[in-house]
Amino acid sequence: MTTTEKPDYKVIGTRPIRPDGVEKVTGKALYGADIHLPDLVHGAVLRSPHAHARIVSIDTSAAEAMPGVLAVVTHNDLPVVSNKMMDMGEGISTASDMSKNVMAADKALYRGHAIAGVAATNVHDALTAIEAIKVEYEVLPPVLNVQDAMREDAPLLDESRHTKTPAGELSDNASNVAAHNRFEGGDLEAAYAEADIVVEREFDTKMVHQGYIEPHNGTANWNSDGTLTVWTSTQGAFAVRSALSELLQLPVSRVRVIPMEIGGGFGGKIGLYLEPVAALLSRKCGRPVQLTMDRTDVFQATGPTSGGHMKGKLAVKDGKITAAEVSLAFEAGAFPGSPVMAGAMCMLSPYEVENFKVDAYDVVVNKPKVAAYRAPGAPNAAFCVEQLIDEVARETGTDPLQFRLNNSASEGSRMITGVAHPRIGHEETVEAAASSDHYQSPIEGPNRGRGVASGFWFNAGMQSSVIASVNPDGTVNLIEGSTDIGGTRASLAMQLAETLGIEYDSIRPTVADTDAVGHNDVTGGSRTTYASGQAVYEAGLDVQQQLVARAAQLWECEAEDIEYADGGLRHTSDSEKSMTFAEIAGKQMETGGPIQGRGTVMARTPGAAYGVHVVDVEVDPDTGKVDILRYTIAQDVGTAVHPAYVEGQMQGGVVQGIGWALNEEYYYGEDGRMENASFLDYRMPTSLDLPMIDTIIVEVPNPGHPFGVRGVGEVPIVPPLAAIANAVHDATGHRFTELPISPRQVVEELHNLQ
Amino acid sequence: MPRRAHVQTTLNGEEIDFLCEPRQSLLEVLRDELNLTGTKEGCNNGNCGACSVLMDGRVVNSCCVLGVEAEGAAVTTIEGVAEGETLHPLQQCFLEEAALQCGVCTPGFIVAAKALLDSEPDADEGRVRHWLAGNLCRCTGYDKIVRAVLKASEMEEVTA
Repeated sequence: MTTTEKPDYKVIGTRPIRPDGVEKVTGKALYGADIHLPDLVHGAVLRSPHAHARIVSIDTSAAEAMPGVLAVVTHNDLPVVSNKMMDMGEGISTASDMSKNVMAADKALYRGHAIAGVAATNVHDALTAIEAIKVEYEVLPPVLNVQDAMREDAPLLDESRHTKTPAGELSDNASNVAAHNRFEGGDLEAAYAEADIVVEREFDTKMVHQGYIEPHNGTANWNSDGTLTVWTSTQGAFAVRSALSELLQLPVSRVRVIPMEIGGGFGGKIGLYLEPVAALLSRKCGRPVQLTMDRTDVFQATGPTSGGHMKGKLAVKDGKITAAEVSLAFEAGAFPGSPVMAGAMCMLSPYEVENFKVDAYDVVVNKPKVAAYRAPGAPNAAFCVEQLIDEVARETGTDPLQFRLNNSASEGSRMITGVAHPRIGHEETVEAAASSDHYQSPIEGPNRGRGVASGFWFNAGMQSSVIASVNPDGTVNLIEGSTDIGGTRASLAMQLAETLGIEYDSIRPTVADTDAVGHNDVTGGSRTTYASGQAVYEAGLDVQQQLVARAAQLWECEAEDIEYADGGLRHTSDSEKSMTFAEIAGKQMETGGPIQGRGTVMARTPGAAYGVHVVDVEVDPDTGKVDILRYTIAQDVGTAVHPAYVEGQMQGGVVQGIGWALNEEYYYGEDGRMENASFLDYRMPTSLDLPMIDTIIVEVPNPGHPFGVRGVGEVPIVPPLAAIANAVHDATGHRFTELPISPRQVVEELHNLQ
Repeated sequence: MPRRAHVQTTLNGEEIDFLCEPRQSLLEVLRDELNLTGTKEGCNNGNCGACSVLMDGRVVNSCCVLGVEAEGAAVTTIEGVAEGETLHPLQQCFLEEAALQCGVCTPGFIVAAKALLDSEPDADEGRVRHWLAGNLCRCTGYDKIVRAVLKASEMEEVTA
C-alpha cells in the first residue's frame, strides 16, 4: 500500500534479477573460504576449555617442532595497543579489548576464547599441532548471568574495571557493570498516583546467535614489502582495514582488504576474529595463511547477542500511557559493549510517553563478547515493553492495535533521548496491520491465540562512496564498497538507473576492495540501500552534469540551455538538438575524455523504521510445542526499491525472531560450557516449522532520501518475540516472561497452573 | 602423511579420478582437491545441508561421506546442475523469485530440490517444506525458496 503519492518511477519498484544472481545459483560465486592462492597454507586456533581462567604459561615448543607446522602465534605476537575507542559501525570497543579478544592475554574470559594460532601445510596437521600446545591455567569461577555478575561479591572478569555511572564518573568499587546509563523525564510518581492501571513485570532472555550459515574465515598474505592483503567474508571491508591497522600497528594505506562474498552476517560479521591471527601467521611463515572456523567455534567464540534481565512498569490513565519505568541489564559477554543503550532508546519509540525513567546496565560475563545482531538490543527490550502494552490494552478492554494507535508517536513527538521524530509511519503501519485480511479474520479453535506487537529501529546513515564510470557504449560500471549480503548490488544499480533514466541492465555494479574505492561504512544498520543509494544518486547527478557540459561543447551553447531528462539530453529552446545517454556516452573521447561520476555521502537522515506484526499460534498443551499458524508483517519501508528483496528482508527477520521466541538459546552448564554448540542442538527454524510469511509494504517516503528510502533489514526482528508471547498468552491465559518459550517451559508453566 | 587412495568416480557426468586421504570427506575432496567450491561447508556435521550433493541420484551431506566412498558412484554437484549456459528451471526460479539473499545455502537447496523434483515433480507445499527441512537458510525465512521450488515444479522442463 502507498500512503503518499509516489513519483512515477521507471526502475524503482520493479523486480529485476540481481546482477550477482547467476553466479550464486550456479556455485561460481566466491565466498571467503573458496579462494585458493598460490602457496596457500592453512591454520587452526587453540581455544580455551575454561570459561574463566588465568593463563599462567603457554609452551608452544612441542607444536612448533611437529611435522608440517610453519608458525605458531599467541597474544605476545600482537603489538601493545591503546584504549582508543574503535567504532566498527555497529558496536564500539577499545582497541585493547579487541586485541585481547583476538587472542587472550593474561586471562581466558570464555570457553572458546582464542589462545594461539598455528599455520601448517594442511589443516589436519594444524589441528593436530594445536593439541600439542601446553597451556597452564589457573581456573577461576565463572559468572554466567547478569544477576550473578552484578552481585557485590561476584568474581570479577577484570579487577581494574569500575562502573561508569550516569553522572559520567567511575564507581569506587571494581565491578562487572561496565556502564550504567539513565534517561529520565517528567514526574513518574504523580503519574502512578493518578493512574487507572499500573502493571509491572520482570523478563529474562537468553543469548542467541545470528546463525549465518557461512562460518567465519580469514585469509592473509603479509607481503615482503610490508603490506598486508586480507581476503575475508565481512560486512565491512573498511572496518576490517581500520581495525587491522590499529591492532597490527600498520598505516591504513598498507592494509588492503578484499571483501569476498559473504554468507550471512546480521551484524555478526563486523568484528575481527581470524584475520589478525592469519596476518601474524603469514608474517611469521612468509606464505598466505587461511583460517576458517567450524560451527562449534562460531557458536562459542563469535556473535552472539545479549541475553539479560529486564524490569518494566507501565501506568495508564484514560487509555493513554502516562508513565513507563524500565530497567535493562544486558550481557556484554567478556568485554563491555552490549547493545543495551540501543534497546533502551528503541523500546518506547513507537509511543508518546511523557513520564519515564529508563536504566541501562552493560554487564560483562564469562561468555563470548557480543556482536551486533539485527536491530541490536531492540528485540529483547520490545519483549518486555510490548508485553506490558498488551497487558494494559487487555485491562482497558481496548483492541491491542487500537491501543497502539491511540498512543502512537508521530512527527514531532519526542523520544526519551529528547530528539523529536521526523516524519514517521507508525500510525500508517498499525492501520495497515489492523485492516489486513489476517487481522480481520477471526481466530478460532482450542489452544489457539493471536498476538500483535510494534517495533522500532533507528536505521543508520553513515559514510558511503561510489564511482560511476560511463562506457562509450552507454553502459555504466558502478564501483561500490558496500558488501552485498542480500541484494544491494541490485538496489544500488536500480537507483543509478533511475537517476540516469537508463535501463537497469545497462548498469554493472561491482563491490570493490579497500584500495579501489573511497571509504564505506559497514553493511549494517539497514544503511546500504539508503546511504550508498544516496551516494549513487549523487554520482548519477555528477554524471548528468558532466554530460550536459559535453553536450554544451558539441552544441556550442551554454550548459543552462541543456536539460537532462528521460535518459538523455535536449536543448531547451532548439528541439532539433537532442541526444540519448548512449549517444553522448559514445562521444567521450572527442569531448574531453573519460566520464566518471563520483558520490560520497555522510548520510544523516536515515528515517526510522516501524513494523507491526500479527501472529496466530496453536499451543499443544501436552508437548508444549508452539506452532505458528499464520504470520503477517506490516512495515514502513519509505520506498521499496526492489520489493521482492524488501519482502525477503521482512520474512527473514521475522523467522529469526520466531527462532528466538520459541527455540533458540545458549544453554550453559554451571562450568560455563555452552552445551548446545551445534545446529542440531541450537535449533533454528526449518522450512517445516513455518507457514508462508505475509508481507504488507507500507510506503511513507523518507524526506531525507532522494527516492524516499528508509532502512528495511533490521526492524522485522524487533516485534516477533513479544508478538508471539502475546499470542501464546492469548492461547493459554498464561504470560511467558522468559525466552525461549520452548516446549519444556510451556509444559512446566502450564502444569504449574493446573 | 597418510597413504592416499585412488578413487574413480563420475562427477557431473564426467569420468574422473582423484587421490585423497581416507580421512578426507567428500566435501573436502570436492572443495580442496577438485577446486569445486560451489558446494559449501556450513557445519561439517550433517545439520545444515549446505554441502548437499547427489550420489547416484540421492541427496547426501557431502561432509558426512568420505571421499573414498565416491568410488564407482555418480556424483552431481551444483556445478553440474545447469546445462552449459542454460540454467536449470530451479536456478531460474530462484533468481526470479528472489529466493536467495546471501546465497551461501543456495547450492545445497537447489541440489536438494532437484532430487525432489526429479522423483516427485508434483510435490506440493507441504512436501517441499518437509523435503527441504534438512537445509538451513537463515536469510529468507524459506517463503521465497518454497515458492521458487513450487514454480519450478510447474515448468514444463521439469514435469516433462
